[in-house]
Amino acid sequence: MNARPPAGSARDAVLARIRAANSGVAAPAVPRDYRRTPTVSGEPLLELFVDRLVDYKATVRTCAPGDLSSTLVDICREWTIVVPPSSGLTVPGAVADDGLSHTQLDEIDAVLTGCAAACAETGTIALDAGPDQGRRAITLIPDRHVCVVRADQVVHTVPELLARLDPARPLTFISGPSATSDIELHRVEGVHGPRTLIVVLVA
Amino acid sequence: MTQTFLGMPHAPAGVGHLHGDRPFPAAARDALADTQLRRNLGHATATIRAKRAAVVGELEDWEDLRRAGEALKAYTMANLDELLLQLETAVTARGGIVHWARDATEANQIVVDLVRATGTDEVVKVKSMATAEIGLNEALADAGIAAVETDLAELIVQLGHDLPSHILVPAIHRNRAEIREIFLREMPDADPSLTDEPRQLAMAARAHLRAKFLSAKVAISGANFGIAETGTITVVESEGNGRMCLTLPDTLITVMGIEKVVPTWTDLEVFLQLLPRSSTGERMNPYTSTWSGVTPGDGPQTFHLVLVDNGRTAVLADPAGRSALHCIRCSACLNVCPVYERAGGHAYGSVYPGPIGAVLTPQLTGAATSLPYASSLCGACFDACPVRIDIPSMLVHLRSTQPHPVIERASFGAVAWTMGSARRFRFGEQLLRLGRLIARRGRIRRLPPPLSAWTDARDLPAPPAQTFRDWWAAR
Repeated sequence: MNARPPAGSARDAVLARIRAANSGVAAPAVPRDYRRTPTVSGEPLLELFVDRLVDYKATVRTCAPGDLSSTLVDICREWTIVVPPSSGLTVPGAVADDGLSHTQLDEIDAVLTGCAAACAETGTIALDAGPDQGRRAITLIPDRHVCVVRADQVVHTVPELLARLDPARPLTFISGPSATSDIELHRVEGVHGPRTLIVVLVA
Repeated sequence: MTQTFLGMPHAPAGVGHLHGDRPFPAAARDALADTQLRRNLGHATATIRAKRAAVVGELEDWEDLRRAGEALKAYTMANLDELLLQLETAVTARGGIVHWARDATEANQIVVDLVRATGTDEVVKVKSMATAEIGLNEALADAGIAAVETDLAELIVQLGHDLPSHILVPAIHRNRAEIREIFLREMPDADPSLTDEPRQLAMAARAHLRAKFLSAKVAISGANFGIAETGTITVVESEGNGRMCLTLPDTLITVMGIEKVVPTWTDLEVFLQLLPRSSTGERMNPYTSTWSGVTPGDGPQTFHLVLVDNGRTAVLADPAGRSALHCIRCSACLNVCPVYERAGGHAYGSVYPGPIGAVLTPQLTGAATSLPYASSLCGACFDACPVRIDIPSMLVHLRSTQPHPVIERASFGAVAWTMGSARRFRFGEQLLRLGRLIARRGRIRRLPPPLSAWTDARDLPAPPAQTFRDWWAAR
């Protein structure tokens, strides 16, 4: 048997097939008549966000900016906590992630982070591995995720959410705790990802 | 017509899971006799139809989103060569390595070689239609590499030594009691007191896979979307098994069909609204991961993207069939299809069952098949499709390209000849009245072969005593 075909030949072949198949085909214009701007703002927007979070079994705590520290201490008091190394959000006794192994992370009860942006209509929180969120593994392996969302991070629609994010960064979109519908299409919360999601909305 | 595209190779037989070994009518007849299967499917599809209808109804701009999705896909297909090159450039610029595969055999060989080079003999997998299509697990097994499926439904299928029967929920044909039996039999670490409560079953899967996730060196995934502009790959999931595979191992290998490319990051805003509401009936699925190449200190430090043709360019070459490539694998068409709901996914003999499978499979393989007839042409699939693929019209088109049985051609030839002249037609009408001799109570229940093929499944009304022409003349 000869070795594999030289590198590039499969590429050239596939591209040639595509060009042959596409000869004479014109691309249509894309209509964008769907909503791309918010129709809800202020208090009703935050109410919508909380409603959608609760519907997908996240726990929501709302607090004023001045009460954030005490709220976080209250939520986290019974758990061991990991936080990103240079996060502005922390609680006394929290472990800063300095490259903990997967096994070490598996022994920690909860992770405390901020977020990059959030979408009210779908109850979605987006993480972009920023300084208050850390690398992806720390928000994945611990069984509880406490996520702080500021009111000014909440947008109404999915298009607004994507516009706030930088695709060059690794992104994770979270809508409620991990879930499955694989058994008779009934939704069951809590599989491999964190089984508890607590959102602290600062408003 | 198909002969125009002879230069465009189809997906080869003998590898992967596109070529069924039994025709649909025979396989469907067996499936219909399985009352447990019909109960499971009826329950599951009714549940998901109601959920989908509720969340689709929440969006006043749903039809605008569908039209945008349809046009985006048509735009993508028309510029596929440029967009794939753009994707390749962007992924490479961010530290990823891009491979191209003409067909399933070539794609499998690329992945096997990549896994071998890491020195590991076990990989974790995120549910992926593309890898199921090309038969990657079998190719890995032949190379001595164990592939561990981590999606709950895929795990149920893998542990049950079974085949997937649905695009989204491959174990839709299994109920909770059957799943419990499979887990107790196949999971060495399963608790014997496990009940059939779905939550307990999900927890058993969590415990079973946890150690594998934490120690995996190589993961293999598919891709829901690959964004040309930024080189961003997107995986949409629910359980967190996707995040585990995409984040924890050192090496990530993503297998993506060439039609999954999306032009820009902004375009994702359309598909991230259409897909979850159409597939699981959720406003948004629990987890979506996106990554662009390699991020130092975060996630896999080696990333391979394998772009696969495997018959897709043959589909692209048929103007009347190419929009089958627009499919975003949501499975809404399966859930609303009266044929799928009764026959189930296995009867289609392909990883792509249901209405979309009935149009995609024959085009990918180029093989003669009865699949375009596995439909009543009711049109529910078109209404449910988030990117408005006109599946009913495509089914009719594909029927015209399939070889027809001799008796069918002879019958239609005779009908055409008879209707070709008024005199012959009048004579034919008189002749038909002979049918009254074998009718009972106005119905003909059995005709002699080969016409029995018709009366096996339905009664024929007896011809009227007076033809319309006779009635008109005597009026």
